Amino acid sequence: MGPHSKSLWWGWILSLAVLLVIVCLFALGVGAVHIPLQKVLVLLTRGRGTPEYTILFAVRLPRILLGLAVGGGLAIAGVVLQGMFRNPLVEPYTLGISGGAALGVALNMVAGGPTGLGLFSLPVSGFLGALGIISVVYLLGTRGGAVKLSRLLLIGVMVSFIASALIMLTMAMTKVEDLQGIIFWIMGSLQEPSASLIGAILCISISGLIVALVFSVHLNALSLGEEEAFHLGVRVERLKKILFLLAAFITGCCVSVTGIIGFVGLVVPHTIRLLVGGDHRIVIPTSYLAGAIFLILCDTLARVVMAPMELPVGVITGLVGGGLFIYILSRKGASF
Amino acid sequence: MGTSKMLEINGLSCGYGKRVVLQGVSFAIKRGEFVGIIGPNGSGKTTLLRAITGLLRPFEGTISLEGRETQETARRELAQKVAVVTQLPEATPSFSVEEFVLLGRVPHWGRFQLLETHKDVEKAERAMALTGIAYARDCTMGELSGGEQQLAFVARALAQEPRLLLLDEPTAHLDIGHQGQIMALLRQLNREQSLTIVAVLHDLALASLYCQRLILLHQGRLRKIGPPRRVLTKEVIEEVYQTTVRIVKVPGKGGPFILPLAGKSS
Repeated sequence: MGPHSKSLWWGWILSLAVLLVIVCLFALGVGAVHIPLQKVLVLLTRGRGTPEYTILFAVRLPRILLGLAVGGGLAIAGVVLQGMFRNPLVEPYTLGISGGAALGVALNMVAGGPTGLGLFSLPVSGFLGALGIISVVYLLGTRGGAVKLSRLLLIGVMVSFIASALIMLTMAMTKVEDLQGIIFWIMGSLQEPSASLIGAILCISISGLIVALVFSVHLNALSLGEEEAFHLGVRVERLKKILFLLAAFITGCCVSVTGIIGFVGLVVPHTIRLLVGGDHRIVIPTSYLAGAIFLILCDTLARVVMAPMELPVGVITGLVGGGLFIYILSRKGASF
Repeated sequence: MGTSKMLEINGLSCGYGKRVVLQGVSFAIKRGEFVGIIGPNGSGKTTLLRAITGLLRPFEGTISLEGRETQETARRELAQKVAVVTQLPEATPSFSVEEFVLLGRVPHWGRFQLLETHKDVEKAERAMALTGIAYARDCTMGELSGGEQQLAFVARALAQEPRLLLLDEPTAHLDIGHQGQIMALLRQLNREQSLTIVAVLHDLALASLYCQRLILLHQGRLRKIGPPRRVLTKEVIEEVYQTTVRIVKVPGKGGPFILPLAGKSS
């Protein structure tokens, strides 16, 4: 560390932030209607009323903001869980959170759901589903007030399987017309008509980033093992509860709005660790930025690859993320 | 300046769940002592260490550090006074050596402090220099050999600036060269920084060579406590370890040393 590597840290954060801005501008420009960069910049300042202005601000910008919030949020949820469980394969969805949200949504679509909520009906049922699963996993994963990490993980994986089975069951009993809706929701999309919902997710995700940063030093200690962290003065039980609930809450919120967007929470933290090292004080902010960049890029791809038809972004993140990761891993000759 | 007792244990009973491992253990350790805890496998050595660090709550009895009960001391405050070197973990941390050693400064940080100060860096530097691991500061922990990793763990504990240093088998899995290096370092720290050291040791020769006093545990009870020549006697060792031994003295080197002979004691 020392002053030398601290300036390196700022270098990483700054370059990723610049890259994020460039990616955002790029994503604003491309799509079914192409708007060149100079025009984007002009429109941003004085284009009110033109059709392009509407496309930029009513269609593309909300998607970009949602991509930023969800990509960043899922990435730091992944970092937190991997550090806490000391297991590189844990990701936000391993613990059954996405399964719960998907189950909530599927049940809503089949049953007709609480209709009074309008636009919020699906996100609310997704969030309730996620919340239900989080409570089950958390309650079963604690014994005598102590969180047992290996137990928590096993129960999460099992609950996740049960949720998938129940989703299949729900789909088997669904009318064919409703089936596509469920499938599309499960595959994930950044298409979200409610601006206030996007705002809420953005606030939650950025607050999550701040909380994760506050606990990043303790997460460093915890990643040495519970006993080691204890000897370094960390209140381990309290920390595990905070970190689990933090990751679960961020994931639950993201999933209930966008559906299941896989691989972000797995691929982004790994790639970042290969670049910046294992210190969570730098891994957390850079993963947030990289997650945002990754998801915005994938969503742009999803929009343009087969335009005007739109691909599910979850498919793109899986293909691009998985492929990219295997490439990086085989090139770096990493140790795992 | 109060009591000269660093650690005082009174009637300690302790264990896991309902299983009692330690029973009625009492002893006191003065400031500046270098004490070894010895005993056969399963005699409760590591459990005793865990009770002292607060990881295990005593079923009965009290543990006081500098006259204050550890159970009533806040976690962070305790970590400012006591550093622990546990047995080498299976998974090596993904930090560089310097980052790892700097983690020893965390107990002294403020609640929302994210970055280390110059003071922290200096203290980590000194700890690395003392343990002779400074040359590897930019290596990741995984790149170090077992002996170097153990030195890095000791360096982290020193960066913590403890008054009491606890070690759990610091020489396990090390060759005799590195064993001697670690023990000589501990003795140097004990003498020059008047650091109080309590180490669980399996190797009776090292315990005899370096420790001022030994605590011998047997079946969860304190069997004997005193200077090595009083604890390492043929009768006691043969009874506790259930094997035949010979006592050897090396002129000028102290001792006694225990030489295990084949076979069970009759």
